[in-house]
This record gives sequence, structure tokens and C-alpha cells, in this order.
Amino acid sequence: MKRFSQLFIELDTSTSTNAKVDALVRYFAAAPAEDAAWAVYFLAGGKPRQTVGSRALREFALAGSGLPPWLFEESYQAVGDLAETIALILPPAAHESDAGLAEWIMQRLLPLRGQAPAQVLEKLHQYANELDAAGCFLLIKLIGGGFRVGVSRLLVTRALALHAGVDPKVIAQRLIGYTDLAARPDASSWQALVAPLGCAAGAQVNDGTPYPFFLAFQLAATLDEFAAVLGPVRDWHVEWKYDGIRAQIVKRHGRVWLWSRGEELISERFPEIVAGAATLPDGVALDGEVLVWDPDAENPAPFARLQTRITRKNITPKLQSQHPVVFVAYDLLEVNGVDCRQEPQRARRANLEALLTGHRSPFTGHALRMSPLVRAPDWTALADERAHSRARGVEGLMLKHVDARYGFGRSKETGAWWKWKIDPMTVDAVLVYAQRGHGRRASLYTDYTFAVWDRAPRAATEAQAVRDAIAAGAAGAMRDLPQLVPFAKAYSGLTDAEIRQVDATIRKTTVEQFGPVRGVVPELVFELGFEGIQRSPRHKSGIAVRFPRILRWRHDKPLHEADTLAALEVLLSSSG
Amino acid sequence: MREGKITDLVVERPQGLYCPAGDFYIDPWHPVARAVITHAHADHARSGHAHYLAASDARHLLRARLGDVDLQTIAYGERLRIGDATVSLHPAGHVLGSAQVRIEHGGRVWVVAGDYKLDADRTCASFEPMGCDVFVTESTFGLPIYRWRPPGEVFAAIDSWWSGNAAAGRTSVLFCYALGKAQRILTGVDTSIGPIVAHGALESLNDAYRATGVTLPETLRVTGIADKTTLRAALVLAPPSAIGSPWLKRFGDYSDAFASGWMQVRGARRRRALDRGFVLSDHADWPGLSQAIEATGAARAIVTHGYVAVMVRWLRERGLQADAFETEFGDEPEEVPAPP
Repeated sequence: MKRFSQLFIELDTSTSTNAKVDALVRYFAAAPAEDAAWAVYFLAGGKPRQTVGSRALREFALAGSGLPPWLFEESYQAVGDLAETIALILPPAAHESDAGLAEWIMQRLLPLRGQAPAQVLEKLHQYANELDAAGCFLLIKLIGGGFRVGVSRLLVTRALALHAGVDPKVIAQRLIGYTDLAARPDASSWQALVAPLGCAAGAQVNDGTPYPFFLAFQLAATLDEFAAVLGPVRDWHVEWKYDGIRAQIVKRHGRVWLWSRGEELISERFPEIVAGAATLPDGVALDGEVLVWDPDAENPAPFARLQTRITRKNITPKLQSQHPVVFVAYDLLEVNGVDCRQEPQRARRANLEALLTGHRSPFTGHALRMSPLVRAPDWTALADERAHSRARGVEGLMLKHVDARYGFGRSKETGAWWKWKIDPMTVDAVLVYAQRGHGRRASLYTDYTFAVWDRAPRAATEAQAVRDAIAAGAAGAMRDLPQLVPFAKAYSGLTDAEIRQVDATIRKTTVEQFGPVRGVVPELVFELGFEGIQRSPRHKSGIAVRFPRILRWRHDKPLHEADTLAALEVLLSSSG
Repeated sequence: MREGKITDLVVERPQGLYCPAGDFYIDPWHPVARAVITHAHADHARSGHAHYLAASDARHLLRARLGDVDLQTIAYGERLRIGDATVSLHPAGHVLGSAQVRIEHGGRVWVVAGDYKLDADRTCASFEPMGCDVFVTESTFGLPIYRWRPPGEVFAAIDSWWSGNAAAGRTSVLFCYALGKAQRILTGVDTSIGPIVAHGALESLNDAYRATGVTLPETLRVTGIADKTTLRAALVLAPPSAIGSPWLKRFGDYSDAFASGWMQVRGARRRRALDRGFVLSDHADWPGLSQAIEATGAARAIVTHGYVAVMVRWLRERGLQADAFETEFGDEPEEVPAPP
């Protein structure tokens, strides 16, 4: 644990990518195989199921520190991270443990799951007493399932490749499935990961493993630059950009696996897709999108309905008929058991069409379908098609060069995929509540709730009257005045300097506090952008928006010119 | 708490904390006739007062900060009659010349501690626990998450960072508050690792320390270094205001760090986007505050700045009579600097 804790500190305190890779390589060279196996698991984003809930962790912290609950909460508010708070308030360790990471995980942490609370508490005390503050912080992060450090999977892949002397693409392939929820990596998993090419230990253990997903770049050019940047439109395959779950179907040895882009095995959540793919020939891997799509509907359903499929534990027949899913295929990565990612896009696409056309199953018509090509004579005509995205229930267009290979991750070496998304919907909204952020933004007010008017104020004076009533704590007395209705929360989009300014204003204009949330005098107007809008009985405004974010601070917008619920209604009716 | 009880030795006035019995203010934030100054940090020693009283050790620092003001100094422990009150100054251990103000009147004793710490510091006299009826305390780090490691450990960590950089031919730039922290670091680090360069903002304060009799290692000015390769093994001390400034460009590929109590929290460290954060404070940590308050034997405590509400509630739960003074302290010394 000490070595891993040291690595964590090095990764956490370094801002240079090279320094991080160096630290990883040094660690891989020095750590015992079974420890390195777990380190890779966590660094690459693996999370075992939470072994102890945060409530039990709080109880442990209170008992261990002897602090009253309110003081613990104050501390937590200042730190912004539960594990760190606990590590900072516990008394120093009595002695330090020499146990390695693997022993900590296998012998100590995983067995905690499901034990009686009193036993868990006792064990936690014993463990915390063997670690310094940094080790204790990690322990609680690992226990609570909240471990995160500033390295990407790509960076871990690079470091592993350097350490093993193996091509990063091979490492990426080997890493797939490595971070499964149920994975219990050990010395042999580590050896398989870093084995030299052609060595038996490097063979895939799990033959259902998918390929690393190829990710698209956001297209930054404007329409008049397209011809110069991209060349003629005929060199591109254009498809709709769906708002679903990116996934891969792998069919080998008579079995089907469905993997999400997070490399999580999601077969069990979507049995109709697995059934639909069962009659595919063996040795096939398809890349595509999982979507809710009603039979006979022209367009896919909004993401929110897919959400209900993801969050439910039990996939009942009723749920399946309420929210039927389909797999829209857009790429072919393996056929006849042969990796065909190096074939150009047009060949892969032709093979995919041939495969799906020839593929007959009772489900084919519905559960498995082809992503159609969008055809247009030139970029301008394509832009006109794109303008209809919202009505079609898609996010815009995907551009894939006809000669592009299928790369991995966000790389441009083999030809890029571009996403050409539609501009977000926007409204001007008023900041009404604020909460402190976490992590890097702990102790600053960075999480905001925004509101719109329930009706447009008749004049600036009316909005001013609302502002004054709230400032005076007399919000209840504004019966004839328009109301501000909260409808969205947003965290990102401001610069650090703007955040500090907003933070200062929030502190100065707080009118009420409930727990960590501050109600403020409505003064600041921001332009919010979001990708989708839907009716929602769960929200006070009756509306839910997707991916809300701050586009800019509208210093120029007076309070009474902020948008109204009616403006949201207009967006609602215009979006499919 | 604004008006205070008639018998209180210190009350809150718009100009600052006021002692009616002696007709003087302690660290006032608006100009007054008579000011007793606990220490030379800018939020405590402001300009514009007609008369200043401070500890002898603070003389050179106050002169450096305030210029030619009407300044009277007394030795620690020396008793002075001001109006109907007897006043004496006692070491607070915060920075050179920092003092707790002890006020005695009508058989009661109040101590206004200003800023203080209990940890060892070679650049100033150690905090002296004073028995009193009422203790006026700071609470800058008044949360249990703030517990300092022994200073020796922190200096060892700084040394190891510095020597690692020096070995790699990289300048070590350490940001720290110019008054107190910088000099404490100067006397704490291993000067055999390499030369030490002090930012101009620190040098006049270093001079004041040296003039007071504190031995500091030799410090270089960056403009006076002819051979630029000297810088590669150097430790550069600079105030937080230098973060992101063009002054740093001359150091090329340098490693940077910040020494402050606020570095205890990971979020505060990461917000700075600096390579390292060393937890080193000139304020008492949570156990230190409790220990200091308890040692006074006071039945009543008044909290001036920092985590005021937390400290008041904590002390009340522990059976003390606790209140707060609303002050304008705490605006500068350990304030986390804004990121560049």
C-alpha cells in the first residue's frame, strides 16, 4: 500500500504527462506482480462494488475522531471530499503496515462487504491505525468506490506499453475487460497484460473481449471552411449522430457479448439485442449505438427513456415493451474471426451491409439495424439536413472519411471521425441557488441552480421588486409579482476568474441557507446551453434539460430580460 | 457582541477592538489616536494611527512596513500603565515581534492573542501561555482537519524536493508569505543544498529580521547573479503575488511549490496547479488552538477571525462562555492566493 500511495501522490501532484508516465513505469518496474495487477485495475478506472457505504464511513469517522457530527460536517464542507476529510481528522496511525496493495484489497477490503456493521467498524479502526494520512485517504477511496486520479486510461496504456515493450494498441486490446466490476486481477493477469508479443501468457483469456472504441473529434471548422479542411463531400460517409449508448456486439463461439464504451459488459441489460445478434455468424464484432426505438416510430426516443433501462436492476418483460431497444450498427471490426479494422471505411461499411442484409432472424427487422447514410450533393446541402437533427431525435452528423481505418481511442493517426453536432439550445437564466464544489473546486461556490421567469416581468421595475423582496427575505409576500422557477443545475463553463467573482457575489448576497445550499439574491444572468429538453413531472418547472452548462455570463442582460417558462415550452415543442 | 458588557475590558467598535479602561485600540482597522499592535502583518498593523505601541522585537519590521510613525516599543513582560489599565506584551510565537496583549483592570485580566502558533520557530520568541479571565483568540485554522506535522518533517520534505530539483538542474521556486514564513523557511532548510535567492519583496523584511538580531542564511538577489547556471541549484523564495508573473520567466524550467497551512487540503493544492504544496503555517492548528485556550484557564473566550462560528460552538459545547468579535483581520497573511 505504501508504494501505491507514493505513486498516487506522484500522479496527483504532477501536472506533466511525461512525469506521470515516468512515475507509472517506475512503479510497474518495482511493484510485485500481484500489486501491479491491482494498481492497473484502479488506475485504468476499475471500481469494485462499494464495500462499505458512505453512511457507515461517516459513522466510523465520528467514532474514530470523537468529533460531534456537526463539526464533521463543517470539516467535510471545507474539504469537499469524504475520504480526505476522514483521513485528515483521524488520529495518527499507531504503526505502519507493510502489506502490499493486493493483500489490502483481497484480504482486507473486499471481505468487508456484507459483514455486520459492528465488525466493519472494528476492522476499519484496525486498518486506519496502520496507515498514514495519505494511505488512509486511499483506503477510504478504495473502500467507498470513489478512487480517481488524474491519469487517463490512454496514459496507463502508454506506460504499460513502455514497461512491457509492447505496442500500445496491443496493450489497449489486452486491457479491455480488465476493469470489469467482478474482475479480481492477480499476478497472472498482470503477466498476461505485459507479456511480450507471441508469448502464450499474452493470449486473451476472455474470448468475448471487444476492440477498443474509436472516438470522434468535435469538428471546429465553420461551414465555409469545410471544403478546404475536409475536401469534397463525396469522400465522406455521413451518418446521424445518435444520442444513445455507444456499444459493441461481439459474437464468437456461439455466444454474444454486448459491451459499452466504458468497457462494461451490458449484455444482461439488453436481452433483446443479445437475442437479435444470436443468429449472426461467429467471429463478428459490430460497433454501434443502443437506443430506445418504438416499433414503427420514425425516430429514436430521447435518451431519458434509455436512462430508465440503464437504472433498473430487473429487466422485466413490461420494461422491455415500454422501452424497446435496438442496436444501430455502423461499423464492422471483425468478420470471420479476422480483425478488419485496417480495412478502409468504405470496405468495412460494404461488408457490414452485406452481413446485415444476409442476416436473417425474427429480430433483425427491429433489434438490429443499419445506420443509414445521409447523402447530399455538397456541404451546404448537408448542413440543411443537419438543421433537421432535432426533429429527428439525433444530435447532428458524424463524418467518416471513406478511406479511414478504424483507430483506437481519440487518435488521428489512421484517419479521423468527426462529430458535427447541432448547436445547443440556449436560454438566459438567473442564478438562484449555489452550492460548494468538490475536489479542485472545494470551498468555492461552483454548483449553481438556475431559474427562469414564470411570466415575463412587465418592466425592469417589476423584476427589481422581486429582487428586493427576496433580498429582504420577504419572498412570500410577492403574490402579484412574477416568480423565478428553478429548472436546471449547471457546474461548468466559467473561467477560474469568473468563478471567483461569482463566488464572492454569492457570499455577499446570500439570503438563506439550507445545509450546504445557499439561496441568493437573484441578480446574475447566464446563458445556459443544453442538448435536449423534455417534460418531467419530477421537476418543479415540469421540464428537464439534458447536459445543461453555462455558455457565458450575460453581464449585459438585465434581470427582467431573462427568459421565461414560455421560452422553454417553445424549445420543447420544436424538439421532436 | 457589538456593544459588549459594561465591565468588559475589550469591546468592539467600528474602528477596531477597543479597551475603554485604557482608551486604546488593539490592531484597529481605521485611524485612531492610540493603537497597540500585536504584529507587523498588514491586516493588523495599518497606517494612519497617531500613536503606536508594540513589542521591541517588532520595531524594525514596523518601521519597514509603516515608515516613520510615532512608535513606542516595550520589552516582552514589561508592564505599562495606560489610562486605568495595566498593559503588557507577551510572545505569541506567530512572527518576529508578535505579541499577545495582556490587559489588567479592576482585578480582571484579559489577553488578546492576535495571531499565534505553538510550533517551534527560530525566528521569534515562543508562545507564552498566559493565565487570564477572558482570552481573545484567532481561529484561522479552526477546523479539526488542520493538524500540522512537526516543522522538522516539513523542512525535510522541502529539502528533499529542493535537492531533487537541484540534481536535475531545475530551479526550485517556493512561494511563501513574505513576512514570517519566508524567514522561518530560511532558518529551517538545509543551506548546503544550494544558494538561496530572495524576491525583492522579501529582502527588506529579511533586513529587518537581521537588524533585530535574527541570524538568517545568506540570500542572493536575482539581479545580482552574474553566472545564471547558479540558479539551477537554487531555492528561490517569492511571495504568492509573484505566481504567474513575468519575474519567473528567467528561471526557465523550474519546479514550483507553495508553503502554507492551506496546503493541507488537496483541493486547495490542486487549485494552485503548482508542483508541490508544503503544509507550513504560522498559525496554531486545531489542537494548538484548543491547547492554547485551555492553558489560559479562561472561562470565557472571544473569537476574532477564521472559522469563527465553528470555534464558538465548539468552545460552548466544552462549557466555555464563547462569543465572537467581528473584525477585519485575516485578509492577508495566510490568504490563499488566486490562481494565475
